Amino acid sequence: MTGANGSGKTTLIRALAGLITPFSGGSACEGAIGLLDERTALDPDLPLGKALSFWERVDQCSSPDGAITVLGLEPLLDVPVRYLSTGQRKRAGLAALLNRSVPIWLLDEPLSGLDQTAIEQVTALIQLHIGGGGIALIASHQVLEIGGLRTLAIEDFAPSQEAAI
Amino acid sequence: MIGSLLRRDLARFFPFAGGGAALPVVFFVAVAMLYPFAVGPDVTMLARTGGGVVWIAALLAAILPLEKLVAQDIDLGVFDQLKLRGLSEEMMMAVRLLAHWLSFGPPLLLAAFPAAALLALEGETLRLLLMGLAAGTPGLAAIGLMIAALTASLRAGAALSGLLLIPLALPILIFGAGALARQDAASIGFVAAISLLLVAIAPFAAGAAIRAAREA
Repeated sequence: MTGANGSGKTTLIRALAGLITPFSGGSACEGAIGLLDERTALDPDLPLGKALSFWERVDQCSSPDGAITVLGLEPLLDVPVRYLSTGQRKRAGLAALLNRSVPIWLLDEPLSGLDQTAIEQVTALIQLHIGGGGIALIASHQVLEIGGLRTLAIEDFAPSQEAAI
Repeated sequence: MIGSLLRRDLARFFPFAGGGAALPVVFFVAVAMLYPFAVGPDVTMLARTGGGVVWIAALLAAILPLEKLVAQDIDLGVFDQLKLRGLSEEMMMAVRLLAHWLSFGPPLLLAAFPAAALLALEGETLRLLLMGLAAGTPGLAAIGLMIAALTASLRAGAALSGLLLIPLALPILIFGAGALARQDAASIGFVAAISLLLVAIAPFAAGAAIRAAREA
């Protein structure tokens, strides 16, 4: 999903996640939804390992170490979340999402703040998720190098003047 | 899921543990310590007015944690993520209410013993004070949670929440402190009834408030 700043990408994602009520229309989905946005829901005062383990307990995830290793978070487990950089925090959020193993991913700017290595990692993870039969809706300004992506330009769906009035 | 959430909430709010602040309890004891210095060490007057002071201290101590009770988790996106995992806002708020009460109600009851000693409250008065606080603090926690949720998305939320709490907490204060003045345990029943009503509506009111905060 592409679109200029403020064109409503985040709003659409939050509406699809059921967090806000659309002005008109509705959405229906089968299967659990996982959301990754700029707020990772990790306690800033806790070390990353403890902050992640809360969500592991909530999700009853039996093998959380896989996601932590894949995303290279092991050296950061003792660092309080508030000291993490934007990219590190984003990777931690992605680890929490991986641990949920849900079929539908809603990713809001998953690549912002990531370095080249991390971008490749995240791209590979998304590819793996889709390859396993999962769905991913990705709002991004960067081009993702993933095969089989369909682009949805949000401007094409802008309400017409009459509809807006 | 609810068990893990309660454990997290308690770890965040419980005094002397992790990120929790001991401020409400310290504040409560500090008021009881300072009051005799301010009005003089006359035992009969302290015993007559001390119960009311303890009640006011308990009420004000309940305001102190409000600022971070709900707003912080809205900013972090914790409620959004819990919602995606199928937990209703009402349940999140019910858990938060329990954690909030556990983090200041029982500690205040314990702190009431040294406070009572400092204010020369003994025998029947002390018993009524403890019973009243046990019955009234859940109601204070419920009012606090509702106000914290309602003001979470406002810029001057903290200042407003103090103002909002005062009229809402008045019935509990009147009956709770009134029981001490009249040495009348029946008033405690009123306190308990008001608390019960507030605890029953708080999760729904606070849940609706954090849903509305998302739309804003």
